[in-house]
Amino acid sequence: MNLITSYILLGAILFCIGLYGALTKRSAVIVLLSIELMLNAVNLNLIAFSKYGVQPSITGQIFSLFNITIAAAEVAVGIALLIALYRLRGSSDVTDMDSTKR
Amino acid sequence: MWENLHAFFTTGESLLFLVFAILIISGAVLMINFTKVVHMVISLAFTFLSLAGLYVLLQAEFVAFVQVLIYAGAVTILMIFGIMLTRHESNEEPRRPLHDLLMAVGVLALFGFLFFAIQRASFPGGPFDPGEDNTRAIGELMFTQYVIPFELLSLLLTVAFVGAIILAKREDE
Repeated sequence: MNLITSYILLGAILFCIGLYGALTKRSAVIVLLSIELMLNAVNLNLIAFSKYGVQPSITGQIFSLFNITIAAAEVAVGIALLIALYRLRGSSDVTDMDSTKR
Repeated sequence: MWENLHAFFTTGESLLFLVFAILIISGAVLMINFTKVVHMVISLAFTFLSLAGLYVLLQAEFVAFVQVLIYAGAVTILMIFGIMLTRHESNEEPRRPLHDLLMAVGVLALFGFLFFAIQRASFPGGPFDPGEDNTRAIGELMFTQYVIPFELLSLLLTVAFVGAIILAKREDE
């Protein structure tokens, strides 16, 4: 078994666990955390390809640094939305966030 | 088969990979299974730290430090702040068992698809040159070839954080 295959399989496992958490958990903080887990799986793939890919170079590491920055901005905006919504509704449950459905 | 396995378990890199992979997957699975929200965040911080170890193994030292600083530091603390500022039901029992089961089946199907695709693919790799100083190499590339995405990213961070402050501010004043 090649080592790159193991790295990419680990990335796939992490992505699937994150997807399951994002689709089934009810607390909005945990949904955000699951999305972070999926982003981390992508970062792991990028860095594994930057070492073992077809054209190994350091560009994959730079791409994953950009990715981490975007994830940090996403978490900040997500927590701000969560706090604003909690102030409005008094709940942090994603099943309560359906005011545009009606 | 057995010789392959023996070779896999005796080289240092694959052994370290195995240890870190077990830590990462157990942290993520514990995150799914815990019932208290703070425990979930702590176990995911564990996963983020182990991923940093894996990045060191892949000769990406600078990304490993950034991972520890941003994920294990900033993101986890921000999540704990978000939990402390909102109220959570202490026991999150599944109210939608059919929905959860269907999602589990769908995610497992996706994983099976990915597994066969990965097993069938071949990756002809070349030699990797990390440079003698990883941080210096990343800095030189980022401030010459990727300087415009870098500046755009700083603009986006400013806009996002100003927007976050405005969203979270009280409106009654």
